[in-house]
Amino acid sequence: MIWTCPIINTKGWEENRLKLDEFFVTGEPIIYVTEAGIALAMIGILFYLTYFKKWKWLWNNWLTTVDHKKIGVMYILVAVLMLFRGGVDALMMRAQLTAPNLKLLDANHYDGIFTTHGTIMILFMAMPFLMGLINIAVPLQIGARDVAYPMLNAFSFWTFAAGCALFNISFIIGGSPTAGWTSYFPLAGTEFSPGVGNNYYAVALQIAGIGTLITGINFLVTILKMRTKGMTMMKMPMFVWSVLIMCIIIIFAFPVLTVALALMTFDRLAGTHFFTMAGGGMPMLWSNLFWIWGHPEVYIVLLPSLGIYSEIISTFAKKRLFGYKSMVFSMLAIALFSYFTWVHHFFTMGNTAAVNSFFSISTMLIAIPTGVKLFNWIFTIHKGKVKLTSAMLWSLAFIPNFLIGGVTGVMLAMAAADYQYHNSYFLIAHFHYTLIPGVAFACFAGLHYWYPKMFGHMLNEKLGKITFWFWMVGFNVCFLPQFVLGLKGMTRRMYTYQEGLGWDNLNMVSTVGGVLMGIGFLVLVWNIAYSIRHGERDVTGDPWDGRTLEWATPTPIPPYNFAVAPVAEEIDAYWNMKQKKTPLYKKVDVKPIHMPNNTGMPFVAAVGFGLGGFGLVFSWWWLAIVGLIIVLGCLAWRSFDPDKGHHIPVKEILETEEAARGEVV
Amino acid sequence: MSDHLDTSLPLEYQSEQSRLNIFGFWIFLGAEIALFATLFATYFVLSGMTAGGPSQLDLFKEKDVMIETILLLVSSFTCGLAIFSMRNHNKNAMLAWFIITLLLGAGFIYFELHEFIDYVHEGATMQTSAFLSGFFVLLGTHGAHVTLGILWGILLIIQVVRNGLNPVTSRKFFIISLYWHFLDVVWIFIFTFVYLGGLIQ
Repeated sequence: MIWTCPIINTKGWEENRLKLDEFFVTGEPIIYVTEAGIALAMIGILFYLTYFKKWKWLWNNWLTTVDHKKIGVMYILVAVLMLFRGGVDALMMRAQLTAPNLKLLDANHYDGIFTTHGTIMILFMAMPFLMGLINIAVPLQIGARDVAYPMLNAFSFWTFAAGCALFNISFIIGGSPTAGWTSYFPLAGTEFSPGVGNNYYAVALQIAGIGTLITGINFLVTILKMRTKGMTMMKMPMFVWSVLIMCIIIIFAFPVLTVALALMTFDRLAGTHFFTMAGGGMPMLWSNLFWIWGHPEVYIVLLPSLGIYSEIISTFAKKRLFGYKSMVFSMLAIALFSYFTWVHHFFTMGNTAAVNSFFSISTMLIAIPTGVKLFNWIFTIHKGKVKLTSAMLWSLAFIPNFLIGGVTGVMLAMAAADYQYHNSYFLIAHFHYTLIPGVAFACFAGLHYWYPKMFGHMLNEKLGKITFWFWMVGFNVCFLPQFVLGLKGMTRRMYTYQEGLGWDNLNMVSTVGGVLMGIGFLVLVWNIAYSIRHGERDVTGDPWDGRTLEWATPTPIPPYNFAVAPVAEEIDAYWNMKQKKTPLYKKVDVKPIHMPNNTGMPFVAAVGFGLGGFGLVFSWWWLAIVGLIIVLGCLAWRSFDPDKGHHIPVKEILETEEAARGEVV
Repeated sequence: MSDHLDTSLPLEYQSEQSRLNIFGFWIFLGAEIALFATLFATYFVLSGMTAGGPSQLDLFKEKDVMIETILLLVSSFTCGLAIFSMRNHNKNAMLAWFIITLLLGAGFIYFELHEFIDYVHEGATMQTSAFLSGFFVLLGTHGAHVTLGILWGILLIIQVVRNGLNPVTSRKFFIISLYWHFLDVVWIFIFTFVYLGGLIQ
């Protein structure tokens, strides 16, 4: 069925429409095996939920929740699943490149895998992992009951989940996108990428991006307006500062992605000429728009990670963070510069010397505030009583590894030299040295650090350290050789290579490193499963002798977080209270607490987004319209039925508190 | 989150949640500025790329554009009068001004669609050239915002008729007025730089 509209010429849409035999991806044994695996897992989950009568529990406790702590857990769950998916993609790439002339994957399958690996790792692994940790920690650290808009927070999560699901089904239904995570035009246009693969990229990222933008607004308002009494801006924990700055970057960067993806969708589905070769379109415009979002996006994932390191290093060095103000100002500087560096991603695309020089210098400037931060962490450790927990190990390992990423970044920033490095494995090694120590290590560190707050028990430290060493060693074995491979001329995205180029041994070594990281991931999963039964129970609520207010809550955290909003007198508010032996609150101050009710609207809206998005991908306009109507209907329904919330009475609060903390004074 | 109302403030600012929502909406408008800025930048980059098709001078007609502009600018003024009446607790005047606002908005959409259909009859579609792709998507995004605003406004009118003016409904009206004025500002940029700029090439 074709939607006709007088403004849009529908000629050419026929080609995008589906032939049923192309619906499922066929002819790839690996994909058949995965399809069978997914089907079995789905049947298993459905059976479990039905047999143990868990459907109601799932709906009431998780699918409809507006509690920031539970939403955080769901984000992290999705992120770990996506880490598995992206990791499998990575290992398949490494397997294919282990030796010359391998035929494990054909060129098209390899293209699909590096595209989904990049997109998933950034947008569906790093982002939700951090969003999860932010959801759990930030409202607690500022002493708040929840975020500013709890229902919108759930809405963000479910839109993100809908986008994620849509992107992930592409390799089974219709085919993966194959134009790289940057999806440069003209390659990403219908001329060179026919089929629906790249439609998935445009639509799924759009849907997930809506969720991210809303989260940015939500947390910005939360941090600016909902801090507890006494917590001025310059007394906020460093993680909160990093999230505040991240939100500002999200708010001004994500709309650019929204527009870029919308224009891509128009080009692919409606035959417009934004990025095409014909009709006056400009393929370079896509590169610019993509990286005007894409470079700030790097800092959107990096800044909260730096915040996590600041918290962990300060806690386990038993010292206040060194250079608080310089930390804040250097993050502000990074955020500002992040908008003026995007052209360094395509120095070789024929800009004038003046343009390249400007972006070369602005890129190098970022090294200065980043360097300030590295020194601050080192000075925090200096003369501290360092405790080498697994969270601290990840944080310490970050410093030297990230330094390698940073220094090679300055090398790449030199526009003239970049003509040699561009699109080589040198670049691949560089950005993995920034993103893995910079972001992935932070996710693992934060997971180990806040795990007791999420689940009431610790992760096993021994297994945590084994995971760490597998990653630390595996990561360097995998990516150090790639610097050399790049200098020897190996370019990114090649699916195989000839013998005798001097690349064979280094590629073999690199694959071994990849396998070590894969083993490390399995140990982490085993640790999570093992700790459910055997992990040390946390009864204090403050297992690490923490410094910030999240450790002032009991474990498990009550739904209302704090019985009485705490008063923050200094930086490291909770540490200060513990030193002065100030009681958290007095019994007489407890008042009834107003809480928002659960709602199924975000989940239903996400179903609408998912269906509508699927319709767009296949140009099934009726389905796209059904999805749109569901989403708009959800919004209208919410407008008519605003949540009145409910009150938790004082008696119930005191009972909860006494059960968790003992007698309340 | 509390129920305490600060009655020293205007009705729409009285509850804590209302203050949060209004502040959050200002931030959202910041994101909208980034969105429209990107669309404007795209249009300006592509505005000379007519690929042998019609150019601005061939298409734009001052009369149609002036009618649209006057309708939308007046609607912004009546929207301001609606909020003024709301502050005076005059529910009926507020509703009347607001209905006029939405009707003017609908008139704007009518003339805009009319203009687009004219262009299509002259052979200028989204697929004709990069210039027209940029033009239709920039103006279409603005028009879609106005349309959504009209639908949203109708829902709010029903709520005020049902529930009367209270801290919740007045906050909702205040927020939609911010949205409406914002769309007006965007139109001023479109009028100045797309239409007038296009006609004085």
